[in-house]
Amino acid sequence: MSAVVSPIREPLIEGGKSYHQISEDLCSPTERTPSLAWVAAFMVAVTFLALYVFCVTWTIWQGIGTWNLNRTIGWGWDITNFVWWIGIGHAGTLISAILLLFRQRWRTGVNRAAEAMTIFAVMCAGQFPLIHMGRLWLGFFIFPYPNTRGPLWVNFNSPLLWDVFAISTYFTVSLLFWYSGLVPDLATIRDRSKGMRRKIYSFFAFGWTGRAKHWQRFESLALVLAGLSTPLVLSVHTIVSFDFATSVIPGWHTTIFPPYFVAGAVFSGFAMVQTLMVMTRKVLKLEQYITLNHIDSMNKIILVTGTIVGVAYLTELFIAWYSGYIYEQFAFYNRVMGPYFWSYIGMMGCNVISPQLFWSKKIRRSLFWTFFMSIFVNIGMWFERFVIIATTLARDYLPSSWSYYVPTWVEIGLFLGTLGLFFTLFLIFVRVAPVVAVAEVKQILKVAGDQYAGKHSHQPSAHSETHH
Amino acid sequence: MDTAQKEVLFGLYDDEEVLLDAVRKAKGDHLEIMDVFTPFPVHGLDPALGLEESRLHIAGFIYGAIGTLFAFGFMTWVFTRDWPIIFGGKPYWSVPAFIPITFELTVLFSAIGMTVTFFTICGMWPGVNNPTLDDRITDDKFCIAFNTNGQSKTEVDRLKSFFKETGASEVNTKVI
Repeated sequence: MSAVVSPIREPLIEGGKSYHQISEDLCSPTERTPSLAWVAAFMVAVTFLALYVFCVTWTIWQGIGTWNLNRTIGWGWDITNFVWWIGIGHAGTLISAILLLFRQRWRTGVNRAAEAMTIFAVMCAGQFPLIHMGRLWLGFFIFPYPNTRGPLWVNFNSPLLWDVFAISTYFTVSLLFWYSGLVPDLATIRDRSKGMRRKIYSFFAFGWTGRAKHWQRFESLALVLAGLSTPLVLSVHTIVSFDFATSVIPGWHTTIFPPYFVAGAVFSGFAMVQTLMVMTRKVLKLEQYITLNHIDSMNKIILVTGTIVGVAYLTELFIAWYSGYIYEQFAFYNRVMGPYFWSYIGMMGCNVISPQLFWSKKIRRSLFWTFFMSIFVNIGMWFERFVIIATTLARDYLPSSWSYYVPTWVEIGLFLGTLGLFFTLFLIFVRVAPVVAVAEVKQILKVAGDQYAGKHSHQPSAHSETHH
Repeated sequence: MDTAQKEVLFGLYDDEEVLLDAVRKAKGDHLEIMDVFTPFPVHGLDPALGLEESRLHIAGFIYGAIGTLFAFGFMTWVFTRDWPIIFGGKPYWSVPAFIPITFELTVLFSAIGMTVTFFTICGMWPGVNNPTLDDRITDDKFCIAFNTNGQSKTEVDRLKSFFKETGASEVNTKVI
C-alpha cells in the first residue's frame, strides 16, 4: 500500500507495531495483576474517598452551619470546587469531539482516558451544588416534575436552572459518547478472555461482532455525537458563567465571562489530562502510544488557552477602569489589592505567567516540566474561581456587611474528598477498560505508525514487507 | 438477525488492503458475500460492498427536533398558560431566557435517541451474545463470510478457490 510518508509529521505510534501487538499492549493492563504502584495509589485514593463520605455525612447530619459561609459570603469553597471540576471536565469532550471534527489524529492516543476523566470530573462537580443545598433529600425539587403544589414549576428563566439542564445533559451525552466508543474495545477484551471474565465482558460488550454495517453506523453515530458535543461543551461553561454574569454584582456582571470561562475550562481540563497521562503512560507502559508528540500537542493547547485567559484577565481590569463605574473599579481594585490579594497573585502567576514557559519546545517535551506545570495550572485555575467567587462577595455594596471567609475542616475535607472520588474512579477505569482506544489506534496505524510514516519509514518492518 | 442456523464459510485476511481487493473481486465475480467483519472501520469498504449510507443521522435530526419543540413548547405552556409568573419585570413569554434549556434538550434528545436507535438496529444490548466467527476478528483478522446453506460442492469449492486466490491466510467453516 502507498502510505503517505511525511518527513514533517512525527509518528503517533512508535515501536513498529502490528495490529495484534496493539491489542496486546492496550488490553494487557486490564489482564495482569495490578502493579504495586497501582495498589498504593488506589489505597491513597480510597482513603480520601472515605474522608469525602465522612465529610458529606457530617454536613448533612449537622447542617450547612459546619461550613464557614456567612450572610455576606454565600458561596465559598463549595461553588469554587464545583466550577473547578466542571472546568476540568471539558478537556475530554474537546479532545474527542472538536479534534474529531478537525481530524486531528493525535486525539486517538488520549481521547479515551480524557473522556473517562471528563465523566469522573463532572461527577465530582455535581456533588457540590447538591450538598450545598443543605437538604439533600429535597434535591429533586430542581427538576420540573408534576407536583401537588399547583403544580408549581421551577423558574426556567434562572441561570441556576439552566445549569441543572446543561450539566445533566453534558454528563449524559459524554457518557453515551464514551461508552458507545468503548463497546468495540470491550469486545476485543471479551474475545481475548475466558471463563467468568469472558461472561462479564460479553455483558458489557453488548454483542459487538465488527460487522461492516455496524462499523458504518458506529462511525455515523460518533460523528453526529461529536457534532452535538462541540456546541454542547461550549454551552456548558457558558451557562456556568451565566450563574455569575447574569447577576448584578460588580465584578461578575460582565459579557466577557462566557468565552473566558470556556477558555479557562479547556486550559484546566488539558492540565488535568496531562497530570493523568504523564503518570498513566509510565505506569501502564504506554509510552509508544501516548508519545512526547501527544504531550507536546496538549502543551500547545495549554499555552494558547492560558494566554487567552491572561488576555481576559487584563481586559477585565482595563474595562473596569475604562467603564468609569466606581463599583466595578472597586471590585477589581479589591481583587488585586484587597484582603484576598494572595489568591489573585496565585491566579496570575499560575495561569498567565507560568504557561508562557511552553513557548520553549524543550520544556513542552519535558515530562518533568509538563507534570509540574499541569499541577501549577490546576492550582491557578482553582484560585481563579476562588478570586471570582469569594473575593467579590467579601466586599459588597455595604461596607457594614463586609466580611472575611476561611473554610472549615469540613469544606477542606470535601474538596480533598472529591479528589479521592476522582482518582478512585480513574484507577478503577484503567484496570477494567483499555485506556487508549484500541480500534481507533489500529485505524490510524498506517498513516501515523512509525513503520509507515516518519522517522523510521526508510526501514520497512517485517509487518509492512509481508503485505505489500 | 435471522434465527435460522447458517452454515458459514469464512476466510480470514491479515490486512485491510488485501481484504478490500478480495471484496472487490468477489463483487466482480458475482459471489454473494454474507458479511464482512473487521477489527476497525475500514475506509472504502462500504462502497466496495455496496452498502448504502447510514440514515442514523437523519434519525438524530428528528430526535433533536422533537427535543427542541418539546422544551420550547413546555416552557411556553408553563409560563403563559399553566402558571404565569413575572420574573424581574420581564414578559411572561421571555423567549431569550428559554434558549439555553431548549438547546440542551435538543442535544439530549438527539444523543439519547441516536444511541438507543444505534444499539437497537444493530441488535446490540447489555448481555446480548451475538455469535462470532472467530475471536481474532476483534484483534487483527479481517473476515469475509459466505452463507453456504444448501450450496452444492462445486459452489463451495469455487468459494474456497476464491479465498486462495485472494490471499486469505485461513479458511474455516462454522455453523451459527
